[in-house]
Amino acid sequence: MWLMKLAWKNMWRNRNRTAITIAAIFFAVILSVVTSSLQDGVFDNLIKNVVSFYSGYVQVHKQGYWDERILDNTFAQSGAVERKILQQKNISDIAPRLESFALASSEETTKGCMVTGISPEEENRITDLQRRVVAGEYLTADDRSVLVGQGLASRLGLQLHDTLVLIGQGYHGATAAGKYPIKGILKFGSPDLNDQSLFLSLPAAQEFYSAESMLTSYVLALRNPASLVGTADGVRAAIGNTYETMTWEEMMPEIIQHIRTDKGSMYIIQGILYMLICFGIIGTLLMMMVERKYEMGMLVALGMKKIKLMQLLLMESVLTVISGCVFGIMASVPIVYYLYKYPIRFTGEMAKVYEEFGFEPIFPASRDVNIFLTQGAIVLVLGLLLSLYPMIKVVQLDPIKAMKK
Amino acid sequence: MKTVIDAHNISKTFNPETIPVLAVDKVHLHLERGEFTALVGPSGSGKTTLLNLIGGLDKPDTGNILINGVDITLLSANALIDFRLHNIGFVFQSFNLIPVLTAKENVELIMQLQHSKRASIEKRVRALFQEIGLEDKMQTRPAQLSGGQQQRVAVARALAPKPQFVLADEPTANLDSKSAANLLDIMAKLNQEENITFIFSTHDARVIERARRVITLVDGQIHADTAHVETNVAHEGFSTNK
Ligand SMILES: Nc1ncnc2c1ncn2[C@@H]1O[C@H](COP(=O)(O)OP(=O)(O)OP(=O)(O)O)[C@@H](O)[C@H]1O
Ligand SMILES: [Mg+2]
Repeated sequence: MWLMKLAWKNMWRNRNRTAITIAAIFFAVILSVVTSSLQDGVFDNLIKNVVSFYSGYVQVHKQGYWDERILDNTFAQSGAVERKILQQKNISDIAPRLESFALASSEETTKGCMVTGISPEEENRITDLQRRVVAGEYLTADDRSVLVGQGLASRLGLQLHDTLVLIGQGYHGATAAGKYPIKGILKFGSPDLNDQSLFLSLPAAQEFYSAESMLTSYVLALRNPASLVGTADGVRAAIGNTYETMTWEEMMPEIIQHIRTDKGSMYIIQGILYMLICFGIIGTLLMMMVERKYEMGMLVALGMKKIKLMQLLLMESVLTVISGCVFGIMASVPIVYYLYKYPIRFTGEMAKVYEEFGFEPIFPASRDVNIFLTQGAIVLVLGLLLSLYPMIKVVQLDPIKAMKK
Repeated sequence: MKTVIDAHNISKTFNPETIPVLAVDKVHLHLERGEFTALVGPSGSGKTTLLNLIGGLDKPDTGNILINGVDITLLSANALIDFRLHNIGFVFQSFNLIPVLTAKENVELIMQLQHSKRASIEKRVRALFQEIGLEDKMQTRPAQLSGGQQQRVAVARALAPKPQFVLADEPTANLDSKSAANLLDIMAKLNQEENITFIFSTHDARVIERARRVITLVDGQIHADTAHVETNVAHEGFSTNK
């Protein structure tokens, strides 16, 4: 207890030095928490974008569909297959889709669009589509009307309840044509989706494409997204090789590549940051050891065991480093929360790349508690590793030499 | 009389490989309980080196040093630290005190290192501050104490663990003559009333006068070893040493 008290007093013997050390750790924690939480936030956001606006975690297609996405590569909807998929423990939902390109026309103009036939209720459970309706209403199970992206509607010069004409190529080369009222307008963060997407009910789409009871894909939702690969393997084993079962990572490898590159450069930045902080701390430790050399020599001369002296220095380091960490974490909580609420929106080349992938060009922050704990722990460990230096000095300490002026 | 220090044939050479300096040369030293001994000699004569050796801060190249019957030259580095804590009181020339601790805490520190009970620490520290006449400065930080007061607190700290002897290397070197006399008064009083053994080095003639035995070192060898008759400290119950 008295040792603790002495450690506490020693911390305040040179207020500036302690303040500098605590401040260095404080900023290290803030910077590393914020960069990590941005990094993880971007990562999460990418996945969320991919998964919830588009692909789902796992998709099932007819074998070969992903390489050649045409209507002739469809498969017949099958209750038996759906049951087999839903028997997988980690699968929470399944939504059927029939997707293909078509031309949408108003009286003024014609634009290309991606027509997706969906089962409204199931689709909503996985991709939360209903929430994107900004005007009008969501689809019902065998609706004969359409939902269009905001951008598409305005490019066509159409408004809610106006009628558009769809023309395309159906199953086995049949001609596809139909007239549909606009039941709802959708708003997507991704410009791609906003400008090109059009949703029909599944029966309406199948009728339009002359693809009675055919599907291009089942979109699957997972209870635990972490076991993505294992779950896909399970589905593959259950339904066999007539189908291809793909994770979103397999469907879009370029996204994973992009995330890896991004994470790599973030680690380098963090590494440099940590190094700078370490030099700062080493500086104050060197100063401290010079200043207290005589005194430490005297304590050992008087009969203080070196191990006790090391305990004392360790306590001082732990107190200093922990206060820096705690203050740092306390300060980073509101910063991260702010960046989560008001994500950084970026522009230029980077933004274009994101938009090409179909994502909103934003840096949202992740609020994952683990980030605070991990970054706090890293700084703590670094601080404690650095405090090994004074301890090594204590082991080498010779009281006579230390007390010589 | 009980033997406290029995050093036999001790020598110490610095830089044996490069430019050897024979700082202590085959010294025999015998100290009894209750002695009040001054170590004198010209600068560089080996006083500090000899005190470091008998204080267990340094090891001799040859010879044995028995403190209270224990040969400290045979102790491991760690055992030696512990031995110093329990057997030897130190008063250094200056900067004796830990600046962040109060005078009282500085004295307590040593007893805390010894794992003494809270109550006994409290009692002893209070008594010691009475002895050094600084009861009113117990809560004061060293920076607010005069040099003389700091040295008195250092004496209290040296005594706290009830050591076999107190060793002081030029304890008055940084003091004005009044403070030096005052420190010597306190040391002499503790020596007479509590039979505390002191050995101190000094250059100061007025301090030498107060010693009851004066050992003179020249070139690392004992040149003279004389018993003094007390002149300027009048008191009763005083026994001549040796
Ligand atoms: N660490 C050391 N390395 C080399 N030589 C040393 C060392 N310590 C002391 N000496 C030498 O040993 C001799 C004795 O030194 P010591 O300090 O014991 O003398 P001293 O009597 O205490 O002198 P002073 O009165 O100046 O304090 C001197 O010649 C000194 O230069
Ligand atoms: Mg000396």
